[in-house]
Amino acid sequence: MKTYTGLLLVIGLATAAGCKKESSNSSAKTVDPAGKADKPAAPASAEISISCGSVGKDYDTCKSGADLWAKKTGNTVKVVTSPTSSSEKLALAQQMLASGATDVDVFSTDVVWPGILGTFFLDLKEYSAGAEKAHFESIIANNTVDGKLVALPWYTDAGLLYYRKDLLDKYQAQPPTTWEELTATAKKVQDGERKAGNKDLWGFVFQGKAYEGLTCNALEWVASYGGGTIVGNDGKVTINNPEAAAALDLVASWIGTITPSGALNYEEEESRALFQSGKAVFMRNWPYAYQLSQAAESPIKDKVGVTVLPKGSGASARSAATMGGWNLSVSKFSKHPKEAAELALYLTGPEEQKRRAITAGYQPTIKSLYEDKEVLAANPSFAMLQGSFANSVPRPSTATKGLYNQVSSAFFNAVQKVLNKQAKGKDALAELAEKLDGMSHGGKW
Amino acid sequence: MADRLSRNRTRTAWLFLTPMLVVLALVAAWPLLRTIWLGLTDANLLHLDDSKWVGLDNYTGKGGLLHDKVWWSAVRNTLWFTLLTVSIETVLGTVIALVLTRTFPGRALVRAAVLIPWAIPTVVSAKMWSWMLNDQFGIVNDLLLKVGLIDGPKAWTADPGLLMTSVVLVDVWKTTPFMALLVLAALQMLPKECYEAAQIDGVHPVKVFFKVTLPLIRPAVMVAVIFRALDAIRIFDLIYVLIGSRESTMTMSIYARQQLIEFQQVGYGSAASTLLFFIVALLTIVYVLVGRVKLGSD
Repeated sequence: MKTYTGLLLVIGLATAAGCKKESSNSSAKTVDPAGKADKPAAPASAEISISCGSVGKDYDTCKSGADLWAKKTGNTVKVVTSPTSSSEKLALAQQMLASGATDVDVFSTDVVWPGILGTFFLDLKEYSAGAEKAHFESIIANNTVDGKLVALPWYTDAGLLYYRKDLLDKYQAQPPTTWEELTATAKKVQDGERKAGNKDLWGFVFQGKAYEGLTCNALEWVASYGGGTIVGNDGKVTINNPEAAAALDLVASWIGTITPSGALNYEEEESRALFQSGKAVFMRNWPYAYQLSQAAESPIKDKVGVTVLPKGSGASARSAATMGGWNLSVSKFSKHPKEAAELALYLTGPEEQKRRAITAGYQPTIKSLYEDKEVLAANPSFAMLQGSFANSVPRPSTATKGLYNQVSSAFFNAVQKVLNKQAKGKDALAELAEKLDGMSHGGKW
Repeated sequence: MADRLSRNRTRTAWLFLTPMLVVLALVAAWPLLRTIWLGLTDANLLHLDDSKWVGLDNYTGKGGLLHDKVWWSAVRNTLWFTLLTVSIETVLGTVIALVLTRTFPGRALVRAAVLIPWAIPTVVSAKMWSWMLNDQFGIVNDLLLKVGLIDGPKAWTADPGLLMTSVVLVDVWKTTPFMALLVLAALQMLPKECYEAAQIDGVHPVKVFFKVTLPLIRPAVMVAVIFRALDAIRIFDLIYVLIGSRESTMTMSIYARQQLIEFQQVGYGSAASTLLFFIVALLTIVYVLVGRVKLGSD
């Protein structure tokens, strides 16, 4: 074990050290002009380091935003690169924060981290002067741990339903509004197309591998039937209910019929591979898949529609999309907490979120930006998807605090058992609830 | 005089040994002892400093390892995996070695080619196999369908009934060359006289193999089997890349890693690592005793 921590620490330090060198060069370059013009030798200016993402346009967009702030305020910003995988980012952040490192002031944090890392972050309410009120309430609630606002929303993500417009037209079907409709339409199109010789076509693909992505998918099924969010906001384990069991049993009936059984080892990219090569009618995925499906070399360019996820059935049925996205948090070990908080506020503020939405398609967390003409012109789908983002369902990470990863792991393993038809929804969830009750000592996390 | 000389030699020996011993103490003994110690605390990655001593709670307590169904299934998976892969690899490796020990044209080339799977880093070959075994795009399904051995695509890395088969298959593909190499080395050392005698007596080649070759290479094969078994018991990378932290193929190493890294349970995860260490140690001792292999003697 020790070797593992040691190794991670070494990697962590090496990464931090390596980035320090690289980015201090670049930040010196960008900030110098401003420094010379306004404050030749400003002793008050601070050097803030921020760790952004490294997926797709993450780094470039973050860097240009941070540089804008640096120019405005006369401070210096170092942008620290981080691993692409969110679990590895979490491990690195844990190592740095647990050792009290001051190398990074502002961390970009996944929406499920506030509960895990919250104790290491500053309460940003003290700096925000009410700025958080402009954001979606659901995300602010998710980011509030024990009354402290430990992270500011940066951009949001939510599960969406992708469909093949051309195939639905061919079979005169509408985009489904309930999971039952989806089941029927998927079956109809799949059977018809297979008869016509398109043998490899499947009805619906999602992320079924035993990992965090399955928790996101399954939470959508359960919540859309009114089955709650595994653990309630008060910490009570709520997963053992007939609605949740019905949702999982329906999904289990898809495996091998409209969904390939291989989907139980798919992550986002494997399901996108199937959909984008034209082998699936429906797909559940995050917003990122849209732009890629419209790329010039995509075989399904201009044949893709996006809509909100279907509802369940029963009295409390609703459309539910799991909340994803990233926040910015300020380390309590920061040597310049005030400037770091200002940077976080600037990057999550309306001006910068608008710039990010227009230049890189990041979904804003500020409500008013979904009515902004320029934002909508650059991202026409935002208008329709606003509901998905505003009402997205958070995973129970805030209530379960440091134990969230265990809860998620227990949940996706139970779900897989049902999807593999090794257990009925009812029995698997009863067993899961018992496990979670034990883990939390009866709901006191 | 002689006494002083021998004392001198002892001192010199210690002098030469010390750097090695220091390095070993630092990289092997210290981490091991620290892991064992951490396994007796409730340490958590996020507050390592205020960890409490909990004695054997991580092992025998209410939520301890010995009461965790997932841990026991990890133990079963690991042992089953070890048994399957090591037996298949030993048999296949011996067969390949017997072929490679013969002289035939192009032997050097074949010997080098056989080693390729073993030379590829596990993560790379696991990723490669995960695409080859993909249910929709994979070449394995494509070939089997064309030959007519299966009537529909199989989900090699998702179907619970096929998971272990896939993992064992990939491991056998990857590690058989290692076995073949060790057995081949043993075969090359065999005295020619026994075979000449057997030939003169007109003994059947199969009987020669079981009565002459096998007893002679047995010590070497035993060592190879121990190496492989110890390696297989701590299997992590192949299964983690191919399938992930899924309970139905979770091994002891994957379990320990999940507790340590994903769940931040440094104390509990260390206990799992310690138990893995003791299981490996125990199996080695049992094996050495049962196989009467004198590893230490020359």
